[in-house]
Amino acid sequence: MHYLDHAATTPVLPEVVTAVAETLGAVGNPSSLHGSGRRARRIIEESREQLAATVGARPSEVIFTAGGTESDNLAVKGIYWARNQADPRRRRIIASAIEHHAVLDAVQWLAEYQGAEIVWLPVDKFGRVAPSALRAALAEAPDTAALVTVMWANNEVGTIEPIAELAAVAREFGVPLHTDAVQAVGAVPVDFAASGVDALTLTGHKLGGPYGAGALLLRREVDCVPLLHGGGQERDVRSGTLDVAGIVGLATATRLAVEHQPDYAARTDALRARLVDGIRTEVCDVVVNGHSDHRLPGIAHVTFPGCEGDSLLMLLDARGIECATGSACAAGLAQPSHVLLAMGAGKAMARGSLRFSLGRSSTEADVDAVVEAIAPAVERARKAGLTSVRG
Amino acid sequence: MRILAAMSGGVDSAVAAARAVDAGHDVTGVHLALSQTPDALRSGSRGCCTIEDSNDARRAADVLGIPFYIWDLADRFAEDVVEDFVAEYAAGRTPNPCLRCNEKIKFAAVLDRAIALGFDAVVTGHHARLVDGQLSRSVDSGKDQSYVLAVLTPEQLSHAMFPLGDSTKAEVRAEAAARGLAVADKPDSHDICFISDGDTRGFLSRRLGAEPGAIVDAESGAVLGEHEGSFGFTVGQRRGLNITRPAPDGEPRYVLKIEPVANKVVVGPAHLLDVDEVHAMRPVWTTQRREADFDCSVQLRAHGMVSPAQVQVEGETVVARLSTPQRGIAAGQALVMYDGDRVIGSATITAAHLHSAVSA
Repeated sequence: MHYLDHAATTPVLPEVVTAVAETLGAVGNPSSLHGSGRRARRIIEESREQLAATVGARPSEVIFTAGGTESDNLAVKGIYWARNQADPRRRRIIASAIEHHAVLDAVQWLAEYQGAEIVWLPVDKFGRVAPSALRAALAEAPDTAALVTVMWANNEVGTIEPIAELAAVAREFGVPLHTDAVQAVGAVPVDFAASGVDALTLTGHKLGGPYGAGALLLRREVDCVPLLHGGGQERDVRSGTLDVAGIVGLATATRLAVEHQPDYAARTDALRARLVDGIRTEVCDVVVNGHSDHRLPGIAHVTFPGCEGDSLLMLLDARGIECATGSACAAGLAQPSHVLLAMGAGKAMARGSLRFSLGRSSTEADVDAVVEAIAPAVERARKAGLTSVRG
Repeated sequence: MRILAAMSGGVDSAVAAARAVDAGHDVTGVHLALSQTPDALRSGSRGCCTIEDSNDARRAADVLGIPFYIWDLADRFAEDVVEDFVAEYAAGRTPNPCLRCNEKIKFAAVLDRAIALGFDAVVTGHHARLVDGQLSRSVDSGKDQSYVLAVLTPEQLSHAMFPLGDSTKAEVRAEAAARGLAVADKPDSHDICFISDGDTRGFLSRRLGAEPGAIVDAESGAVLGEHEGSFGFTVGQRRGLNITRPAPDGEPRYVLKIEPVANKVVVGPAHLLDVDEVHAMRPVWTTQRREADFDCSVQLRAHGMVSPAQVQVEGETVVARLSTPQRGIAAGQALVMYDGDRVIGSATITAAHLHSAVSA
């Protein structure tokens, strides 16, 4: 089996498994006042300090959540509500057109049910947002902007956004900026304070940690209305008994990922080059999507003209090669990727793509297996044609 | 062989896939996403096309230990089945969308794609048999689906597998339960899958727009009521006619004819529904083409009665003379010809009348 879908999720690091298992066996609610509670609380706070140090944040800026989707929802809705309450004119949400669905759908929900107005920031054909576009959007009516949300790095094509520049523009206008950095942390250098962003989403299972453990880094001075009400465990912004083992796993995994980030980047980048060169040799008319320089090291997003991504995925899966079409939905139904459409691709091109994503456990053998299998798979998939795409 | 199992999420297709696995084939399950706006949960009479159904299909594939994918054929389905359905009603005919789906989707778009991807055949949970390659009725006459498969050509049938034809529905359910398939007691799907509330007339009036017209009595010429659009009716229909004045003879009225251009629905007493001569076009022969006249039995709608008939073939038209009259035969339905349990072929009904009435 050759696993090339690390952007979906990546194996949990052995050190993390050990740390989680050790913690999971001990009783103690971090909010309890007795000895067991204090022991659990100490683990939480040490994890918080460790995570903060790893990503350039202060411990008080770390809000533990149940993962990326929750962090994105909390930031987008919570900051919108707080800003809108403080000044009802603030109804505009400025978002890039290539956000993950956890942001995209949250923003659309606010527009549909809460009176928000969405300003979509376009991307160029490489998937990059221009800081000048953000400036124009903010300058148009600065008093009506509630928040800006632009992801650090795109999960489908791997393009890295000019986050520090965007944050500087938002700061000029006094509008908070949230970034979904789920794919970025551990893959490229991420420093919360230095980036100038106001809120940052990260999650454990994309970098060797457990599922269901994530965090929102939120600057102290940014108000955020909670999604979940209850015990107020996390700065009164997030309630729910803290998942001690999950948080230990998250902090341990993030520390290890960030420590090894330069090696990881160099290794996956070399593997990616081998993969892309190999595919290009086997199938001459492929298009490699995303930015050639500003990109995640481990993602290769490739369009195979005349093929349906679904067909290719199935043929490769039958050969033990696991990748993604780069688009997902509750029903497992392929929709043309909104990311590629935003980058200007046609519907057929948007459906004819595969995402190969490499990780810590990837090897040359994984890459070579793809290169060996790709030409016959493409030939078959072309014969099968774009069955469901007309016109 | 490498087999593609079309899995709707129902019990039949799950057991059909299981039997293909047992037979030693290399089976891959595929759920066809046919709705452009899938509902999350089953509602009304629908038994496929929701996310819950695709999850049921996925769970069955898990239990069988076969790979499983979802193929999005919603655009093709909308074009080839739903639009055809609407256009046929608009033209005053009564289409059978299941038959069209088999003809255009399952054994065309899906089969073509499967063959191109390296599969040898498509297996489905239809209740029908292939006896020496010839399409035949299921042993369960109540569940037999050979009627909706009779549009398939020998080429299509040569790449089809129907493993359930030798079993009754009850046996299929019992086998599903024994295999631990959660869909064992899932209710059968009914009606038309893309009309979730079962209200065909409402669906058609949304698509075609309501346009009031007259309901006219065939015998007296009297206007007996008004309708909201002639497309909402089927020949032989009695209920829901909205007849406001009783017919002169006081007998119940049935739809005899739909005249879409005049937006007129012609009704009459039951005996005027009797026909014994059925004209049909575009014959499809499931084995070899027939030229000469022949005797066979014919079925004129799904789950309809079977009549002995003499069939005359002239090029692309078929005329069947029934030995005993049948009632309520609608244009657009299929005339399916059987030799005992074996399907000879099918053709689309264009007109039907009483031979004695024509010659009189």
